[in-house]
Amino acid sequence: MDDWIFLLTTVLKSLLVIVPLLGAVAYYTWLERKVIGYMQARVGPNRTGPRGIGQPIADALKLLFKELLIPTKSNTFIFLIAPILSLAPAIAAWAVVPFADGWVVADVNAGVLYLFAMTSLGAYGILMSGWASNSRYAFLGAMRSAAQIISYEIAMGFALVGVLMAAGSMNMSAIVRAQSGSILHWYFLPLMPMFVVYWISAVAETNRAPFDVAEGESEIVAGFHVEYSGMGFALFFLAEYANMILVSLLAALFFLGGWLSPFQGVAVIEPLFAFVPGIVWLLLKTGIFVFLLLWLRATFPRYRYDQLMQLGWKVLIPITILWIFVEGILILGGVL
Amino acid sequence: MILHNDLLIAVALLALIAIILLILWRVLAPGVTLINMIKRFTLWELLVGLSITGSEFFKRKKTVQFPEEKTPKSPRYRGLLALRRYANGEERCIGCKLCEAVCPALAIKIESEQREDGTRRTTRFDIDAFKCIHCGLCEQACPVDSIVLTDESNYTLDRETQIMDKATLLAIGDRCESKIARNLEEDSDYR
Repeated sequence: MDDWIFLLTTVLKSLLVIVPLLGAVAYYTWLERKVIGYMQARVGPNRTGPRGIGQPIADALKLLFKELLIPTKSNTFIFLIAPILSLAPAIAAWAVVPFADGWVVADVNAGVLYLFAMTSLGAYGILMSGWASNSRYAFLGAMRSAAQIISYEIAMGFALVGVLMAAGSMNMSAIVRAQSGSILHWYFLPLMPMFVVYWISAVAETNRAPFDVAEGESEIVAGFHVEYSGMGFALFFLAEYANMILVSLLAALFFLGGWLSPFQGVAVIEPLFAFVPGIVWLLLKTGIFVFLLLWLRATFPRYRYDQLMQLGWKVLIPITILWIFVEGILILGGVL
Repeated sequence: MILHNDLLIAVALLALIAIILLILWRVLAPGVTLINMIKRFTLWELLVGLSITGSEFFKRKKTVQFPEEKTPKSPRYRGLLALRRYANGEERCIGCKLCEAVCPALAIKIESEQREDGTRRTTRFDIDAFKCIHCGLCEQACPVDSIVLTDESNYTLDRETQIMDKATLLAIGDRCESKIARNLEEDSDYR
């Protein structure tokens, strides 16, 4: 009986995460088109409802009713399972994310490790879709994407090693709690280089501009999902945007103190903002990074592929390794 | 004082790392100046780029909301073709075939005969809209200002409406006469 109650509550909790997440993903696409439009002296979608607010719904309906084409010489089973393999880890990763103190589906002690496993699994979906499509463009895109994700995973991993060292725990909630005190205790200050490296590799991890060589529409049409239409395409799309929101949320958790109030420790203002629930702070901090992703896309041209690899291996990884040493010394000296 | 010793060791190690980095920098990148190095590691150029798009975000947008708003059009705009009439309803075209002769795309086909009142009028005036390149030479050649290019730009042509016959062209002329007259008047100094 207890098992059933546990199962039921877990399913309910998951739904409480997944349903708002899918809504956020839908409106993230709208936000992206709006923000990039505004930065290019345009207004973006504005015909479906006031300010184009109905655009994601219209897009979703269109994708739902589109025919699902399967290339003749493709491997049908892998072709169909690849988008699911791409979306499932992107959603599963949210299980260990704490939205506020105690608001977490699974309070795992190895939360960071689990997150890493899940974000890496996403590469399989991309690789398999590229392989199964039997298309040169898709294959090239998948190869690029896999190489890129593997390269930047290392830099990202090292950047998070810095966080683990400072927090002394792999539990996501514990990492946030370790940052409490005041805004100066958030890790973006003592771990500034790690923060920058984390963010650059996070952009690369999600295959977003300026590191979107996997899609590279000017060279390889759309990359790995070039042969997908209808819902297959929609699933890849959902996975990409869910991952974008996830890395933004992680940046807020690891470096900007998660659900902690920015006025913590400030004498007069802290009690004034005490009524604000933690999740609001977390979402506001996430919003900064969510916006930053779009801002980056509107600003920078795509990296050349070899430059991308050079940046990952020759710049970011050495910086993180160096800073791990420096951090170790700082911990030894009792500064951190 | 263990802590004191630890602090000393930490400072010493940090200094060591700094020295190694300095040596590495001079050896691996001898041409790079200090300012250049600082610019690279603070992502200076990237921040400059971000500030440009960031300021653009708040500026006025240049979009013209098309069906509701339109961009201004020159009186010389060469759009949809039309045949005009005189104020008394008589068609202007006298069947001189100058436009047919001058048309570089050979888009015009004219047949004419004498009418009962002794004037010459066209019996057939076909323009192949797919051949027409909207160069306006026919308008310049016409001695009676009959064939003109209106400033009508929002129209579609398909295989059904590809051949514009005399009736169609006259109908367009009737519909747009006020516009045509206004544009001709506006441009008259330069003709």
